[in-house]
Amino acid sequence: MTISRLTRYALISLMGVGLAFIYIPLTVVVVNSFNVSRTFSWPPKDFTTQWWSKAIENTGVREALKWSFTAGLAAAGLALVLGTCIAFAVSKYSFFGRETISLLVVLPISLPGIVTGIALNNAFTQDLGISTGMFTIIVGHTTFCIVVVYNNVIARLKRIGGSLQEASMDLGANGITTFRLITLPNIAGALFAGAILAFGLSFDEIVVTTFTAGPGIQTLPIWIYNNLFRPNQAPIVNVVAATLILFSLLPIYLSQKLSGDSNTGGRF
Amino acid sequence: MLKSISTWFHNRPRVRLAALLVAPLFWLVVAYLGALASLLVTAFYTINTFTGNVIRTFNLGNFQELFTNPSYRNVVVRTLGIALSVTIICTLLALPMAFFMAKIAKPRTQKVLVALVLTPLWASYLVKIYAWRTMLEPNSGVIDWLLGPIGIHSPGFGFAGIIIGLSYLWLPYMILPIYAGFERLPNSLLDASGDLGAKNLYTLRRVVLPILFPSIVAGSMFTFSLSLGDYITATIIGGKLQMLGNVVYQNYSLNLPFAATMSMVPIAIMGIYLWAVRRTGALTSL
Amino acid sequence: MRNKRLFQALSVASAAALVLSGCGSSDSTSDSGLPKVEMMKELGAGEGQVNVVAWAGYVENGSTDPKVDWVTGFEKETGCKVNVKVGASSDDMVALMKTGEYDVVSASGDASLRLIYGGDVAPVNTDLVPNYADIFANLKMQPWNSVDGVAYGIPHGRGANLLAYRTDIVKPAPTSWGAVFDANSPYAGKITAYDSPIYIADAALYLMKTKPELGIKYPYALDQTQFDAAMELLKQQKPLISEYWGDYLKHVAGLKAGTTVLGTTWQVNINLAKGEGTKVEGIKPVEGATGWSDTWMISSKAKNPNCAYLWMNHIASPEANAGVAEWFGEAPSNAKSCELTADKNHCATFHASDDAYWTDVYYWNTATEKCLDGRTDVKCVPYSEWATAWSSLRNS
Repeated sequence: MTISRLTRYALISLMGVGLAFIYIPLTVVVVNSFNVSRTFSWPPKDFTTQWWSKAIENTGVREALKWSFTAGLAAAGLALVLGTCIAFAVSKYSFFGRETISLLVVLPISLPGIVTGIALNNAFTQDLGISTGMFTIIVGHTTFCIVVVYNNVIARLKRIGGSLQEASMDLGANGITTFRLITLPNIAGALFAGAILAFGLSFDEIVVTTFTAGPGIQTLPIWIYNNLFRPNQAPIVNVVAATLILFSLLPIYLSQKLSGDSNTGGRF
Repeated sequence: MLKSISTWFHNRPRVRLAALLVAPLFWLVVAYLGALASLLVTAFYTINTFTGNVIRTFNLGNFQELFTNPSYRNVVVRTLGIALSVTIICTLLALPMAFFMAKIAKPRTQKVLVALVLTPLWASYLVKIYAWRTMLEPNSGVIDWLLGPIGIHSPGFGFAGIIIGLSYLWLPYMILPIYAGFERLPNSLLDASGDLGAKNLYTLRRVVLPILFPSIVAGSMFTFSLSLGDYITATIIGGKLQMLGNVVYQNYSLNLPFAATMSMVPIAIMGIYLWAVRRTGALTSL
Repeated sequence: MRNKRLFQALSVASAAALVLSGCGSSDSTSDSGLPKVEMMKELGAGEGQVNVVAWAGYVENGSTDPKVDWVTGFEKETGCKVNVKVGASSDDMVALMKTGEYDVVSASGDASLRLIYGGDVAPVNTDLVPNYADIFANLKMQPWNSVDGVAYGIPHGRGANLLAYRTDIVKPAPTSWGAVFDANSPYAGKITAYDSPIYIADAALYLMKTKPELGIKYPYALDQTQFDAAMELLKQQKPLISEYWGDYLKHVAGLKAGTTVLGTTWQVNINLAKGEGTKVEGIKPVEGATGWSDTWMISSKAKNPNCAYLWMNHIASPEANAGVAEWFGEAPSNAKSCELTADKNHCATFHASDDAYWTDVYYWNTATEKCLDGRTDVKCVPYSEWATAWSSLRNS
C-alpha cells in the first residue's frame, strides 16, 4: 500500500482540523482566565491578571484539590488491586463464568454515571444506612476505575504469555520469587498506566461524585460546578482549568514514557 | 514460611483462583449489582404526592407513565439520536486522525500527537462545556467571531450544539482505541494487500476496517454510553432541549421511584448493546 | 392586595387540615396531621460541627473571597466547624434533607412545607435564638415557616422574581408579564424563563390578573382547570423561549450577549449584568410577582442540634444577615442588618422594610391537594403533579 501525496496532505490537514477542534475551546478557556468580563463575554474587551492572583488566594481550591487527590489516590489504589486480581484470574485460569466477568467489569463504565450515582446513593443511604462522605466517593470511583486497570494489565499479560514464568519456575524459583522478579517488572508499566488512567478518571468525575459526596466534601469538579455558575467565581474556575491543562502534560508525559513500548509509526 | 505458603498455593490452583476473585467479585456483584438491583426495585414504588416520601408498595404506575406519556418517548428517541450522531461523528473524525498518528507520523511526532490528543481529558469536563457556551453563543460567540466572515454561523444552543459539545468531549475516547488498533495492525498486511493489487480504498474497506472493528466498537462504548447518560451538557448548551439524563436528574430529587424507572431505559439500552458487542472482543480493547 | 393576608391565614389552616383528610404520609403522625417531632428545650454544649444545606452564597467562609466571610468567626467562637453542601434547587434541598445527614437548611417556601409535613424538620424553639427578636415582623409565622402557630424556622431573606429586559433592545419598556407570554412577541426566541416547576405559578399569577373568569385567587392553589390553563399558557410560551435558566450566571451571560432580552430574573442578576455594562433593568410588573422567602430550618434527625441552633442564631444576627443579603443580593430579614451593609442603599434597593412593596409578591409555596386558598369544593393539583407536568413540558 502506498499513500499518494494528495492523500497524505489530506490526512495532514484532517489531523490539523482535528487538533484545531480540540484546541480552540481550550484556548478560549485560557484566554478567558485573563478576560476582564466575569461572564466570559467574547471577544474580551480587556485583559487582567486579577483572577490569577485571586485564585492563588482562594483556599477553597486548595481544599478541593486535597479532597480530589485523596479520592483519586484511594480509588486508583483499590482499583489497582481489584483490577489486577481479576486480570490474573481471567488470563491464567479457565473457570465457569469467565466470559461474564469481562462484561461485569465493563458495566460500571458503560452505564451512565447518573445511573451508577443514584443506584449507589440509594443503596448507601436507604438500604445500608451509611452516611455519604469520602468513603462512599471512593467506593463509587473505584467501581468504575477497575476496568481501566483490568484492561491494561490483561493486555500486557496476554502479550508476555506464560513461558517466562514457566522458565522461572523450572529454574527453581517459587511463585513469590517469580512474581517479584519476572511478572511484576513485566507488568509494571501496565500497572502504572492503569493507575494513572484510573486516577485521571476519578479526578475529573462529577456525576457519580455528586450523588456520593457527603456534607463538607467538595472534590475539585464539585467545587468547579458550585462556582462555575457564580459570577464572582467563574473566572477563577477558568484559572484553575488553565492550570490543570498545563499540569496535565506531566502525567501524560510520564505514562507515555513508561508504557510507550511500541514504535510502529512513521512507516508510510 | 513464605516458601511453604507459596508452595501450598501453587498446588491448589482453585484456591488461588478463589483468593484472586473473592474481593473484586464481592465489590462488583454485591456492592454494584446489588445497588442496581435495589434501584430496580425502587422503580416499582411510588411517592407521597405532598412530601415526596417514598412509599414502598409495589405498583406499575411509573412504567405506565413512561410508556404512555409521549414526551418521555420523545426524549428517549432524541437522546438515542444524539448518542448515535456523536458516535458517528467521533468515528469519522477519529479514523483519519488515528491513522495519521499511528502510520504516518514519525515516532517523535507520534508521541507528541498522542499527548496532544490526551491533554483535554485532564481539563475539567465542566470547564470545557462552558467554553463551548462561549463558542456557540449566537452572534457574539467565538464561532461567529472566527467563522462569521466566511459565512459560517454558530448553530446556537440546542440539538446541534449538544451534538458538537458531546463529540468534543468524547473524541479522545474514540481516537485512543482506534489508534491502538492501527498500531496493532501490521504494516506488512497493508503492503500485502497493495502488492496483490488492491486499491487503497479497497484495502481500507476489506482489510483495515474488519481488523479495526473491535477498536471502533470499544470507542463507541464510551461515546455512545457517555452521551446516553449526560445531563450537564444539555443543561449548559442545550438551550431548552432536555435529554434522558435530565429527566433522571430532575426526578431524582422530585420523585425517586420515577427516576429509577427512567434509569432502566439506559440500563436496558446498554445491556442490549453490551450483549451485542461482546462477541467482537471489543470489551478488552477499551 | 388586602386579600393576600387572608389567603395566607387560610393556607395555614388548610395545610393543617390536609392530613386530616388522609393525605398524610405513612409516617407516624399526631392528631393534627403533623409528624410528631420534638422541639429542642434547652441548648447544650456544641458538638464541634454542623452540616448545612444552603443556596450558593449563603454560607461563605472566605474561601470564595477572603473579604466575604461570616463563618470563620462563628467557628472560632463556638467551636462548631461548618460543613456546607450547596443545594442547586428547592427539590435538591428536600432530597438532601431526607438523607438525614444535614442539620440545617435554608429552605425556600416551596420546600419548607414539604419538609415540615414529611417529618424532615423539627419545630424551632425561638427562645433559643436571641436574634429572632429583630426579624421583620411580617416575615415571622408565615404559612411557609410555621404550622398552627408553631415556628419551624428562622426567616432569612426575601426577593421578588422580577421581569428583566434589555433597555436598549426592548422598546417600549414592558410593564406586564404579558410581554413574556405574547405569542406574537417581536422578541420571540429571545425570552427566558426560570427552569423549575415553580415557574407554573408565574403563569398562574398572570392568568389570575388577566383571566378573572378562571377564578385563580392564589397562584399556588390551582384546581385542574386552572392548572391546565396555566400549562396551556406555558406550552404556548415555549416556542418563544431561547433557554430556561436554572443558574444565574447562565442568565446573566444570556442577557449580556443579547441571546435573552426579556424574562424572569432576580435582582442579583440585574445588578451583575449592570455591573458588566449591560443595559438592563428589572421591574415588578403590574400583575405583581412571585418571590421567595427563605427560612433556616433544623433537621428532625439533626446529629448536631446544638451547633445547629448556634448557627441559626448566628446567621440571623445583623452582621451575618447583612453579609449574606449583600453578597447574594436580596432583602435581609433582620431589621438591624440595614445599618451594617457596606452599600448604605442596599436595603432601599431591595425594599427590605418597604412593606407595601411586598404586598403583591407571592412567595413560593408548596401546592397541595387541599387548596391553599381555602376552597374545599375542589381538589387542587399537588406539587408532585406540577413537577410531572413541568418535566413533560420541558421534554416535549
